[in-house]
Amino acid sequence: VVPGADPSARQLCFAWGPAEVLVCETLFGRRGGFPSRREGGPGRAFLPGTLTACVAGTGEGGPSSSRLFVVRKDQDIYIQTLRKLFNESHGIFIGLQRSEEELAGKSRKAQLVQVSKNYRSVIRACMEDMHQAAILTRDPALHSQYSTQVSVLSAMELIWNLCEILFVEAAAAGPLLLRLLDWVRLHVCDVDNMVHEVLSSENPSKHELFWNVVDVFVLQGRMDEARHLLSKEASANPTLVNMYKILDDLMKKMPVPSLGNTQTLTEMELKWQHWHEECQRYLQDGTFASNSHMESICKILLGDEDAILEKKDLMTTWYHFLVTRLLYSHPTVKPMELRMDLFLGGESSPEPLDTILMAAFEFEMHQVIKECSIALSNWWFVAHLTDLLDHCKLLQSHNLYFGSNMREFLLLEYASGLFSHHSLWQLGVDYFDHCPEYGRVYLELHIERIPLNTEQKALKVLRICEQRQMHEQVRSICKIMAMKALRNNRLGSALSWSIRAKDAAFATLISDRFLKDYCESGCFSDLDLIDNLGPSMLLSDRLTFLGKYREFHRLYGEKRFSEAAKLLLMLMTAHIAPCSFWMTLLTDALPLLEQKEVIFSAEQTYELMRCLEDLTAGKSDKQKFQDDDIETMKVEMLRLALARNLARVIVKEGTLEGS
Amino acid sequence: QDNRISIWSAGDVGNVGLNGEYQGEPQLLCDIRHNGDVMDMQFLDQERIVVASSTGTVTVFRHHQNNQTLSANQRWEKAHYHVDQDTSCGGAACTGVICNNPEIVTVGEDGRINLFRADQKDAVRTIDNADSSTLHAVTFLRTTEILTVNSIGQLKIWDLRQQRNEPSQIFSLTGDRVPLHCVDRHPNQQHIVATGGQDGMLSIWDIRQGTMPVSLLNAHEAEMWEVHFHPSNPDHLFTCSEDGSLWHWDTSTDISEKPSFLHQGGRSTTYFSHNTINQSVVSAWLSNDPTKDRMEITNLIPNQTLSVNSLDILGPCLVYGTDAEAIYVNRQLFA
Repeated sequence: VVPGADPSARQLCFAWGPAEVLVCETLFGRRGGFPSRREGGPGRAFLPGTLTACVAGTGEGGPSSSRLFVVRKDQDIYIQTLRKLFNESHGIFIGLQRSEEELAGKSRKAQLVQVSKNYRSVIRACMEDMHQAAILTRDPALHSQYSTQVSVLSAMELIWNLCEILFVEAAAAGPLLLRLLDWVRLHVCDVDNMVHEVLSSENPSKHELFWNVVDVFVLQGRMDEARHLLSKEASANPTLVNMYKILDDLMKKMPVPSLGNTQTLTEMELKWQHWHEECQRYLQDGTFASNSHMESICKILLGDEDAILEKKDLMTTWYHFLVTRLLYSHPTVKPMELRMDLFLGGESSPEPLDTILMAAFEFEMHQVIKECSIALSNWWFVAHLTDLLDHCKLLQSHNLYFGSNMREFLLLEYASGLFSHHSLWQLGVDYFDHCPEYGRVYLELHIERIPLNTEQKALKVLRICEQRQMHEQVRSICKIMAMKALRNNRLGSALSWSIRAKDAAFATLISDRFLKDYCESGCFSDLDLIDNLGPSMLLSDRLTFLGKYREFHRLYGEKRFSEAAKLLLMLMTAHIAPCSFWMTLLTDALPLLEQKEVIFSAEQTYELMRCLEDLTAGKSDKQKFQDDDIETMKVEMLRLALARNLARVIVKEGTLEGS
Repeated sequence: QDNRISIWSAGDVGNVGLNGEYQGEPQLLCDIRHNGDVMDMQFLDQERIVVASSTGTVTVFRHHQNNQTLSANQRWEKAHYHVDQDTSCGGAACTGVICNNPEIVTVGEDGRINLFRADQKDAVRTIDNADSSTLHAVTFLRTTEILTVNSIGQLKIWDLRQQRNEPSQIFSLTGDRVPLHCVDRHPNQQHIVATGGQDGMLSIWDIRQGTMPVSLLNAHEAEMWEVHFHPSNPDHLFTCSEDGSLWHWDTSTDISEKPSFLHQGGRSTTYFSHNTINQSVVSAWLSNDPTKDRMEITNLIPNQTLSVNSLDILGPCLVYGTDAEAIYVNRQLFA
């Protein structure tokens, strides 16, 4: 939604730019006004290559100002604090792509889990920064923006952590439960405040929240801490000692899946069965009848759904409930059917976060990705998560109907978003590199549209193109830079760009420019460039001519006349010089012909005469008629000088030495 | 675009952990907005920093240490510009700045050399069209002479005392005129100059003799952005490049009277078989027999990804910045 743009009031037209869409109001077509070109003023954001004119009708209605809107696709990349997320995750992504595929089994899995943890720590670091920024800012709008971002990031971390546990690590049922418990403890309950309050009070067992804390510990499977607290109660209240001892014993004996595989599944099940029965017995015996708190704890230990549900407020979320139920019903079994309705009570509909987590618990990976794509405003999360899952070989090659698979599609979308940023585009390049099907095409299209405002940026872009053998793009970028340089009269820079692109046509253009300047001003500009062309002179014929012509002038200046003469002649006879320049060259020969000393040999003089005749013969009669006096006089003078030289040289060559 | 100049504190010197790593991350002390990309910057003195911008403006910022703020002290707008019909975008990027308090020399994409004096409003001297191509970097050779490198592979010496707008000497590479991007002079021996090129080649020049480099060392795989001699330990040279690596070139050696074969094993460094008498006279950098005199070259970045754009060294500290928007500080360079 573009605020302020009203299609009913004004007609809107738009143009696509590399990153943004330019929407402008126009009266064109409405009142029959004619378009007028207007250059962009300083207040508007114009991009190279996009609409640079604003159409404003100046018809009968009189002039009215039109407004211009710049519409951006991906706002998130412009958030300052998220830049760390993009940069660091880029590093992790590259590391993952480069990591060895040969590692099999456990070590590979451990590696992938580490990568997942790295991603998560980056999210958390970003969350911290964002949180700090939210505290420090005074602008309420910014504050709310940051706070929303913090909650989005924490939701992302929550989802990622769950996916890591269920999909990447995919531990066996026992350890899986332990991981889930960790997950719950870390993310879900804000009980730490409550715990701290109770523990730091003088008489913890008399604190009103005491039993709440014990319940929370039990619900989260933190048996040792629960027992520790209960012991305080027991010591304070001697009448309960018996009950306490039994409960404590039960809690101590609860079979917990161990991380090391010291017991088999059946062993564990047997133990658990046995323990469960014992708890059942104590409950039915009425051992805890006098203390409702302890009784409910025992019921929880037995996995009684109602008892657990009673503590709904302590658990706060349905996934906590799920995990707790898992813990106490059958810890060796995979997640059961979700009974979220029991928890929520049917009033509220699931939030996006809930649907995502549900899909995860049901092991529906594709559903998770789909829901995340819908819920989040930016492709970062789904792109990286999908890539990781793909590396775990968990995604079937699920071909989407435009040819690429899901991982590639998401990476392409994410990277395309990055390219609209003036500096994060460099990260996008690497992402495209790792999309085997369409990455290269996307890169070719995007890289040409990066605005190049300094030479250094252009050099970076060029380096990227050269490393990937994108010759078309190299040529086109060098041409753009060379044209810019030429327009700014930086002939040396223009030449250096055409050398990089090995662009002979442009080198010819530059040389022509030099020669034109010479003809007009009578001297060379930028001698430091022409004198030091080196091997790059060979890039184009015109450039070679320029270099050699300058050399001729130098030789003449150093009074090395015979060498100069030879060079001059060679320029014409070897056809290095363009025909248009021959007259100038011949005119340059005049002073050499008029020297006291004879410079040109007979051979050379004949050659010169031939050149002159070629030149004049080439002209049509009409041209000769149009030739002004100066031209004809020049030709006359040349003929005379050549004849005189010929005369002198014949005599000189015919004379015997020393006789 | 929101570009900023920032001052960071890289922690106390005494705060070093067990394995020599610095404790904690650099802390941001203060920052200030900057218009355009920062192309180059240098400290003018303890408090002032000169910054070259891609808009062609050169700014002097002052760092107020008592309340940790930055303020713009002086600004030369349009220090570098192109002559263009549409003057709306007539600024040319200022690519290099070098200071020798109170003088400041800047060069830019417009081929112009400016000499400023801090606290003077106008430029002391401007050499228009000093170069027909882009000037990439500048450094002081002596207090009145500067060295510039350009994009057609030339190293030029300019004598600022003379009024003519011509370089006093021009050096160029053999072979292809590969653009040169950075230049630095040996801190003690002023005739030794190092330059880095677009092809990643490191060239060492002796400006007393010849117009060609003394040695060409194949270094990086892409543009070499900066080259620096260590200011107090000039046997060490550092280069960073677009290919993401930062190399430490070490020509120092164990000063030892014993011939090489009597050395105990264990150390894997190679050492000179140079005669120790000559050692003090001939600098390690100028010796052009690569088989006899070897140097140790180490890449200081383990996992290279994006370009390392800039580096600086002082004492045992090395700091460098990459295109991944990260700054790295290494406080134990010679450990």
